[in-house]
Amino acid sequence: MLTFVVRRTLWTVLVLFVISVLVFFIFFKTPGVDPARAIAGRNASPQIVAEIRAQFGLDRPLPIQYLLMMKSLFITRNLVSYSNQGVLVVPEIGAAAPATLSLVFGAAVIWVIVAIAMGIGAAKFRGRLLDPLLMILALIGISAPVFWVGQVANLISQGGLHNTPLFSWVPALGYTSLGQSPVLWFKGLIIPWITLSILYIGFYARVLRASILEIQNEDYVRTARAKGLSEQRVLLRHTLRNSMITFVSLFGLDFGALVGGGAILTEVVFNIHGVGFLTYEALISLDLPTIIATVVFGAFFIVLANTVVDVGYAWLDPRVRPT
Amino acid sequence: MAEPLLEVRDLKVSFRTEDGTVRAVDGVSLEVAPGETLGIVGESGSGKSVTMMSVMRLIIDPNARFEGEVIYKGRDLMKLSQDEIRAIRGEGIAMIFQDPMSSLNPVYRVGWQIEEQIRAHEKVSRQAARARAIELLDAVGIPHPAQRVDDYPHQFSGGMRQRVMIAMAVSCRPDLLIADEPTTALDVTIQAQILALIKKLRDDFGTAVVLITHDMGVVADIADRIAVMYAGRVVEQGSLRGLFYDAQHPYTWGLLGSIARLDRPRPRRLTTIKGLPPSLIRLPEGCAFGPRCPHRFDRCAEVPPLTDKLGDGHLDACFLDPEQKKERRDRAIRPDLTAQQDLAVPQDLRPEPELTAGWEGGVDQ
Repeated sequence: MLTFVVRRTLWTVLVLFVISVLVFFIFFKTPGVDPARAIAGRNASPQIVAEIRAQFGLDRPLPIQYLLMMKSLFITRNLVSYSNQGVLVVPEIGAAAPATLSLVFGAAVIWVIVAIAMGIGAAKFRGRLLDPLLMILALIGISAPVFWVGQVANLISQGGLHNTPLFSWVPALGYTSLGQSPVLWFKGLIIPWITLSILYIGFYARVLRASILEIQNEDYVRTARAKGLSEQRVLLRHTLRNSMITFVSLFGLDFGALVGGGAILTEVVFNIHGVGFLTYEALISLDLPTIIATVVFGAFFIVLANTVVDVGYAWLDPRVRPT
Repeated sequence: MAEPLLEVRDLKVSFRTEDGTVRAVDGVSLEVAPGETLGIVGESGSGKSVTMMSVMRLIIDPNARFEGEVIYKGRDLMKLSQDEIRAIRGEGIAMIFQDPMSSLNPVYRVGWQIEEQIRAHEKVSRQAARARAIELLDAVGIPHPAQRVDDYPHQFSGGMRQRVMIAMAVSCRPDLLIADEPTTALDVTIQAQILALIKKLRDDFGTAVVLITHDMGVVADIADRIAVMYAGRVVEQGSLRGLFYDAQHPYTWGLLGSIARLDRPRPRRLTTIKGLPPSLIRLPEGCAFGPRCPHRFDRCAEVPPLTDKLGDGHLDACFLDPEQKKERRDRAIRPDLTAQQDLAVPQDLRPEPELTAGWEGGVDQ
């Protein structure tokens, strides 16, 4: 167990290092990027630009600059945004995280429940009408881009039908924190949740269906039937339990990626100021400190999710447990 | 014969496929008396497994079609509802399978899997079921059962897993145990142990056994009666003695002739049955074994019925005259007796074959 923790920690450090280095150097090698000029503003005189360059340490060699940035990101935690003067990046991400977590958690609950139901339904009704129907629906869900679905949902609920009883309950776009008003929190997130989960529902339903159909042919499922168990028990305790191994490992990775900023499109479309939204703004204004910080934040969650998946995997499948 | 425990009457199982209808089982009738051991022998694809899986109604395939009756304790299993057949599975008729590596669920402890079966049929507490599981593991010869009960299948060897399967199968004291090639996937040394175990449990519990195998050696060890299947039909059926010493069907001769025997002079080469089993989609006209049979004659263009020719309960499906058969059979099964020059020369003086490595019974030289 201790070796596992140590190995994972070292692994995390390595991943964060590589990713931050990559982002850092790609940023400075991008043609036309000059942070000093960006900070100084459009009409700044060359002297001011040079002053800012010296003040932010932008005239020093890149490796030094990298180390300084890492120091202020991880140790002193006083990394300042280039584009929003005086805004500290680390607390900004901390403030954005609850919105992202709320969005992703809710969507994950919906997508896991619906995908399991659809996967089981399709597998159970294989060869009948329901199966291809559900799978076509899933394919549509996978094919529909999330920003498009989100915009359509906004058009309907905020525009055309907002004044009908059907959608009059929908609050204006934006995020209300759970502490502030649980009801508003829920109302404001329900449409983003559904929007974000559609892609994953389609994908996970298809994966689960395929996995169930594969596991159904396993000898131990036949054994379970020969034991005299009910069809329901055979399906839930024997087939589904083994099918969930694939499902859970995929889920961990997707969940980690979304918490780490992968819900960027949904957040932008619904004006939810989460980590993805922050990344989006930072990218538009070429705000390197925020970009680096959000990317490192995202990478951290992906690595963390990976670790959780490994633990969950061992919990689900005794064959991979260390003995 | 006592009132049969299980009676299969004219069972037909076919599967619709893109290439046509596969007649996997084509009119099979079998009986198993309480406490009796029936061996079903045949090569791959002869329908032996499909027959017994159909008895358990374990074939779940929308393209499968079943005809005929399976009478168990006076009830036709083919007509039972899902709930009724479920109550019989595991409780009245239990089954063990060929591959112990994949027959146990990898994510559950073996004890849990045994308890699950017990609790599916009896209202007992988890503790009581667990105690029974430990007893059963002990009974099938698993050392330290109280600890092993909490192990996962992957922590057991193949032979041990088959023991667990057997413990599970007998956990509700079934009247009938169907063993579908229980030793095929195991080492030879383990095979003998598993067979001995099945025999012991059969005697202890008074369970009837149907043993499906392609290995004549396995049935010789354990069966009271033997049915030989070929291309979805039973071609010969009789007592163990009758089948080994008075086989009536040329296919059975082929099976018997292909056993490597240590107690007889070594043949230069083991006899084989020429050709391949027929396609079950397009069975040959008449006797299905005809195209591979060296004794084929005009009448074989008809399907030979399975009849008792000598009135001794021994059934066979061959048109050859029983008197004619004797000499032909000896030639098929005991080439060592019929090839006189082999016997005339003392064994150690006979010239060794130049190359024996790789042959049955051959020694690398």
